[in-house]
Amino acid sequence: MARMKFLCDAERCIACNGCTTACKNEHEVPWGVNRRRVVTVNDGVQGAEKSISVACMHCSDAPCIAVCPVDCMYHTEQGVVLHDKDLCIGCGYCFYACPFGAPQFPQQGAFGLRGKMDKCTFCAGGPEPDGSQAEFEKYGRNRLAEGKLPLCAEMCSTKALLAGDGDVIANIFRERVTVRGKGSEVWGWVTAYGKPGQGQPATQGGTK
Amino acid sequence: MSIARFMATAALAGIVALGLAGCGEPPQVVVYKQGKYQGKPDQRPWENAPLTYGHAKWTQGNEQSWTDEVNTRTQAQNEYVRIVHP
Repeated sequence: MARMKFLCDAERCIACNGCTTACKNEHEVPWGVNRRRVVTVNDGVQGAEKSISVACMHCSDAPCIAVCPVDCMYHTEQGVVLHDKDLCIGCGYCFYACPFGAPQFPQQGAFGLRGKMDKCTFCAGGPEPDGSQAEFEKYGRNRLAEGKLPLCAEMCSTKALLAGDGDVIANIFRERVTVRGKGSEVWGWVTAYGKPGQGQPATQGGTK
Repeated sequence: MSIARFMATAALAGIVALGLAGCGEPPQVVVYKQGKYQGKPDQRPWENAPLTYGHAKWTQGNEQSWTDEVNTRTQAQNEYVRIVHP
């Protein structure tokens, strides 16, 4: 069974923010909410600057689901973490629990009223009829129901951001690392995608 | 037994019954069930028919054909199968 995942290759990301823009446009995300954003570390340091595109990582053991007091979040059969906005009370526990800062809260009105949680849906909509207006207004477009993948990854100009079944994109990344001979150290190769003897950087002797 | 005493006893019994009824404690917290949640059920992507104008094609209701279609599309992100090396 497919388990949908994102993978961002920090060796390729050029911080163009195309993924952020595509996401906002595709789902008509309101002001103040960024389902996806690009984070740059060592900004301006020559040779050490790296960027990575971050959104909900659709964790297999998601802490947001564990802490939600109204139990409004769920895993789809593809491993996508979604939630029901009709149940969400906007408490913000999921934001505190998430290590990636994925849950977002629209703030409108004079007192910065915190609305219902909004986050990356892996372009899989939510618990409304697929492709319906209600689904689009609450969760954005449902591309998985159209046999497509998240737009942020599909339009990434350098293909730094990969989306799809975890095994398939890990194989794409593995081949990439094998060809260029570096880049696995960013992720911790064995921990995340290890296959003995495959994809190890040639200079590191295969023990990472 | 006088009527007044009977009425007082009946009233007291009624008050006790009502008071005990307030001792009921129905659960007011979320009941977690593995693999379930409190919200609405979601539709699965392969239950939809493919778009008539789209490139993606799968057999409606067939999970495997939808998965194969998505996995094939995922390979469009892999340059090494799109570009022929000289």
